[in-house]
Amino acid sequence: MSTHTFLLNGKPVSVDVDDSVRLLWVLRDVLGVTGPKYGCGINVCKACTSHLNGRAFNPCSVQIKDVKADDEITTIEGLADTVDTELHPMQEAWIEYDVAQCGYCQPGQIMAAVAKVRQARAAGHEIGDADFDEIRNICRCGTYHRIREAITAAAAHM
Amino acid sequence: MSDVPAKGGHSGRRGERAPVGRRAFIGYVLAGATLAVAADLRLGAPAQAAVASVPQIPEVYDLEDLQTDAALPTSALIKIVLHEDGTASFELPRMEVGQGITTSMAMIIAEELDLPVDKVRVTLAPARPELLLNQMTGGSNSTVSMFTPVRVAAAIARKALLEAAAIELGAAVTRLTAKAGVVLTPDGSSLPYGALASKAAGRKVKAVETELKPASGYAVIGKPHGRDDARLAVTGRKKYVMDLQVPDALPTMVCRAPTLNGSPVSVRNEAAVLAMPGVTDVAQVDTGVAVRAATFGQCIDAVRALDVEWAAGSVEGESDATVLARLRKAELPLAVPKIPALAETVEADFTFMFRSSAALEPNCAIADVRADRATVWAGLKSPIVAQGDIAKAVGLPMGAVTVHVVTGGGSFGHKLFGDAAVEAAKVSKAMGKPVKLMWHRADEPRQGRVHPMATSRIRATHLGGQVLTFEQRHTSVVTDFSHGLGEMITATVDRLPGGLGGLAFSETIFTLTQELPYHFGLVTQLLSETDGRFNTGSMRNIYSPDVACANELVIDQLAAKMGKDPLEFRLAFLKKERVKAALQKVAEVGRWGRAMPAGTAQGIAVHSEYKGATAVLVEIDCRPEAVNRKIRDAVTGPRVTKAVIAVDAGLVINPKGLEAQMLGGVSDGIALALTSSLHLRDGHFLEASWDNYFYTRQWNTPPEFECVVMPSDSEQPGGAGEAGVAASVAAVACAYARATGTVPTRFPVNHGTVSFDVKPFVPPVPASPTDGLSHTY
Ligand code: FES
Ligand code: FES
Repeated sequence: MSTHTFLLNGKPVSVDVDDSVRLLWVLRDVLGVTGPKYGCGINVCKACTSHLNGRAFNPCSVQIKDVKADDEITTIEGLADTVDTELHPMQEAWIEYDVAQCGYCQPGQIMAAVAKVRQARAAGHEIGDADFDEIRNICRCGTYHRIREAITAAAAHM
Repeated sequence: MSDVPAKGGHSGRRGERAPVGRRAFIGYVLAGATLAVAADLRLGAPAQAAVASVPQIPEVYDLEDLQTDAALPTSALIKIVLHEDGTASFELPRMEVGQGITTSMAMIIAEELDLPVDKVRVTLAPARPELLLNQMTGGSNSTVSMFTPVRVAAAIARKALLEAAAIELGAAVTRLTAKAGVVLTPDGSSLPYGALASKAAGRKVKAVETELKPASGYAVIGKPHGRDDARLAVTGRKKYVMDLQVPDALPTMVCRAPTLNGSPVSVRNEAAVLAMPGVTDVAQVDTGVAVRAATFGQCIDAVRALDVEWAAGSVEGESDATVLARLRKAELPLAVPKIPALAETVEADFTFMFRSSAALEPNCAIADVRADRATVWAGLKSPIVAQGDIAKAVGLPMGAVTVHVVTGGGSFGHKLFGDAAVEAAKVSKAMGKPVKLMWHRADEPRQGRVHPMATSRIRATHLGGQVLTFEQRHTSVVTDFSHGLGEMITATVDRLPGGLGGLAFSETIFTLTQELPYHFGLVTQLLSETDGRFNTGSMRNIYSPDVACANELVIDQLAAKMGKDPLEFRLAFLKKERVKAALQKVAEVGRWGRAMPAGTAQGIAVHSEYKGATAVLVEIDCRPEAVNRKIRDAVTGPRVTKAVIAVDAGLVINPKGLEAQMLGGVSDGIALALTSSLHLRDGHFLEASWDNYFYTRQWNTPPEFECVVMPSDSEQPGGAGEAGVAASVAAVACAYARATGTVPTRFPVNHGTVSFDVKPFVPPVPASPTDGLSHTY
């Protein structure tokens, strides 16, 4: 058991937990931050997608000891606080396009989508079909097409 | 408030209501602190559809009718309560799993109560044993059976509010109007519902008569509406079972056997596992060895560390091939009656492999079992059955078990069963502590519910441009209906139309759902089942996706034999106008028959069920550059590049929700036709996660998708949750056959290739990786 400190959704947190426990469980079971979901635990389903220093990552596959004190972790709960509006444009678009069905995958989808738009821009283009095809997040309710529509709409406001 | 007038009396207090002859309904004002109204679920029985030609059973009486009728003998009240903050609340005796019923129920209440939709709160009722058979969510039946009772209750509430307002405002009730949660007088004074909630409250239960808004007066029903929980879902605040904080209910997982349904004999290293970081308890139950720990991560470590001696499972040594051989033995003969000597025959034989019905949220439940009582939280579509099963499992009377129904992260038929709830209760009892039980993802395909393997054989004969006979023999591994639908049938059997009594449950379900929508002369569709050793269930739309896929492929072959275009052939033989209209719509929107390059093709198919119709047109690309796309840990395969679906679901409450269900149905159909199956080898299923079980992903999704909701003059809603699947899988299969020139005989088409490294069976779950930081973007 050792103490680990990092920034979570803008606030410093400190937890006592074994070094090897994956960050997903530190968030969910220790800190009660339940937006990131479990769907596989092996970095496949992407339901747990969150941001580390602004980049999408999967906390089910990161040991707490590898998170540094100045690392900024953003979960879906903290996404809106990264912008000046009440919700992030991606969240607004998700509501407008009524994307969620059961909703279980959607926190991860939204966090992935935000990173994907930024990634496309960094590569010098606007997000499009080829980028959508690279999104690995599973939606067992099959909402994929609305996800594409919502991301396209949100990108215009990002 | 007026008491019930003589039958046929009309209050006539509201201009747009009560044209002469409108049907009056009885509901109740209940005693309470604020206004509470109720209606009997029995009101949900729909009028029987009249069918002119010689009908198959589902055309006059289908699975929905059965589910609706099964409620008749129970005196089951559903209740709406008005609160002083001006909101109305309703506890829905159904389960929300993503299909959007809480939203459509809120819309129905808002419509009849003249209250904004966002002022209506719909929550899920806990298990209510008094509802007997009427608390099961399935068969796309929820909106159908709840529509009238919910409207009656809401209309009675509105009436009570108006009458209370009349007294408060000193105005005649006939001069008052209600709008957006406010009662108005002609001179402009007003009172909000909230201020009337306690004034309108009843002192004793009173029966009241009311009429319902005519469809022409609908202002909410039929208008697109976003989901009521959309904001919660996108902010991460929507709570699923595993997000609930129940005191001391620590993470718990089960180490499961290496072969299907194996059970533990003994644990060889209990002390060592108990000494692991975070671990608090180890307990043996019939399904495996449970561990409880401070975090799920530590549960995974403990499950992996357990050294367990296992007893054999239920299908030791067996494989796809041995199960299929058993199915072959159980197949019923095709027995073509006498046909003219010159008639030609089309024969086909299809195999549908095992598929996993797992949702993205794995099986999970919270249980707190004490000496004298038990409390369970779970996503359950049949909570009353689960309540009974839990009581039996932990040796308590049913009344000592409280079951809270929590919104589920998807169901697809999976949550019809209380598997996780019962297991959690057993583990909690064994440990003497509350537990938050979660299945590992690997447990789902390997030990969870599956859609049974099946064969579907068809022989059709034709002569002179007519189809003379169409025989289908569907043979399936046994489907488990022990979640309540079985009991429903037992209870309803006397009322079933002739020819149904005496059939086994599964045959009854098959007969009630399968409806060949074509005029094909003599039609027989029979089911036989064998082999009860698997954990099966009614995966979304039960038999229909397989049956429709087989049928529509044969219909394309019949069309080809007769030299007709697939669209033209279907239009010539379809029985119902609404099916034809849906088909014509997708043909028009999807530009059926447009020129396409070699290796690509369109496919078109229909399905008729749940008193509705769907038609799907897809375009598929089977050229090497599409099929051989390389994506890490994935199957790409042929790409469906466009999908158009048209749906006639009767009266549509929420078109936005209906379109969402159709989108999901198309995604399912693509997976069922092309990519998703389980492989049984040596007594276990090989698949262990989403990198093995290939449900549709973004790279399989059609970039072009369109859904058309067909206009309908029906006054009753039809089922929607499952209606999109069958025609989708069939259209994809037909397109694939046309693009490749080969009619597939086994589904999904890629089943022959095991394209992944099989994860170990001991330990039963994979370790979580540690390299997540090298995969950021
Ligand atoms: S739970 Fe993290 S990727 Fe699936
Ligand atoms: S909305 Fe249910 S898994 Fe995506």
